Amino acid sequence: MSAAHPPAFELADVRHRYGPRTVLSISRLSIRRGETLGVIGPSGAGKSTLLRLLQGLERPSEGTIKLDGASVPYPIPLSLARRITTVFQRPLMLDRSVRDNVLFGLWVRGRKDRAPIGPLLERLGLSHLASAQARQLSGGEIQRVALARAMAIEPDVLLLDEPAANLDPANVERVEAFIRDAQAHGTTIVLVTHNTHEARRLADSTLLLMEGAVVETGPTAAFFESPAEARTRAFLGGELVY
Amino acid sequence: MSLTFQVTGLALLIATALGVPVGALVGLTRFPGRGLVTLVLYTGMGLPPVVVGLVVYMMLSRSGPFGSMDWLFTPSAMVVAQSIIAFPLVAALTMTAVEGVDPDLRQQVRAMGATRWQTGWTVLREARIGLTAAIVAAFGGIISEVGAVMLVGGNIEGQTRVLTTAIVLSTRQGEFALAMALGIVLLLLALGANAVLLQLHGRVR
Repeated sequence: MSAAHPPAFELADVRHRYGPRTVLSISRLSIRRGETLGVIGPSGAGKSTLLRLLQGLERPSEGTIKLDGASVPYPIPLSLARRITTVFQRPLMLDRSVRDNVLFGLWVRGRKDRAPIGPLLERLGLSHLASAQARQLSGGEIQRVALARAMAIEPDVLLLDEPAANLDPANVERVEAFIRDAQAHGTTIVLVTHNTHEARRLADSTLLLMEGAVVETGPTAAFFESPAEARTRAFLGGELVY
Repeated sequence: MSLTFQVTGLALLIATALGVPVGALVGLTRFPGRGLVTLVLYTGMGLPPVVVGLVVYMMLSRSGPFGSMDWLFTPSAMVVAQSIIAFPLVAALTMTAVEGVDPDLRQQVRAMGATRWQTGWTVLREARIGLTAAIVAAFGGIISEVGAVMLVGGNIEGQTRVLTTAIVLSTRQGEFALAMALGIVLLLLALGANAVLLQLHGRVR
């Protein structure tokens, strides 16, 4: 990803607390438009909190988040919120068919055209399940429906929280191909994953979060091949057990 | 029988129109005094109908604040009393039903770009089994109710006599067979109405 791309998100002195506990503390972070940022780190590092802040679901306790150069006001205006969507770690299905779940984002936007979702379902291997009750699907299928539901609205920013968890290798491949398509369309992606290989395959740059703080960030190839920080080396070497 | 259905149906409609939004609002939002509102709604579920009848009677009597409306001993007074009895049932059970929907779902719906109203509507839709239960419970509570309608309606033949008050009168007069027959009609009416409600619920599902 070229540095010429303007930043989509800029975080400055962002701290977020739940009660007395600071769960996220980021002095400076820039996510460029069209970039895929891989966020790795142990459980409880603040990865999901970061996504919630970027989605505008929570207001940071301190600091500012800018989107396309302008500070995000709170509550986040609908026009901004609708440019971003999240595929959650535990995606929840509405008590409706797969098709109606995927159409949900279009329904909230008052768009009733059904045309765009056929190819989406096909690419994710869900066509045969279009009329099935979404809640009766397996974890892996639900994960793919959630991805289709998010992409149906063609977001500018896609936040992915462990999108390939619960998937078998064939479907990991399918989902990763799908993410690559989104990248090719210029979607800005923040990919939270436990799987360092996944980050390596998909991310333009990678960030390691630990205990709510950024340990290291940089272009993916350099991040994995020659990490500057001892803690990054220890994490990538599997020495840090949480 | 027709009056029974009209009074109960209209009261249920009013209680649903007011109770579902109030229950959803209390269940989905956090505001100061929410605990007190919840307590009042739960207590309202156990409101003795005869007390409701008494209060409505006092309000609508000549010397009461709404005496000029001249509603006492009319079906309108019966609808008012039954709406008051049904409202907390609908509101409290709606509140419980929406609270039963996974809070994460609300957040995920918002992350799809839904407005507050769209989120509320989606949660209500998800809670539709509980909503049906709320309406069915309220219907059961008021169609079988006798104390309030007797007090504010006066059990006037051809004007405010409904099935329950007719059963009371028949029993008092020793006409047990008629009372029992009316009881069976009441039960069948309840059965039919619940079947329609469940059918509607099935269609929504």
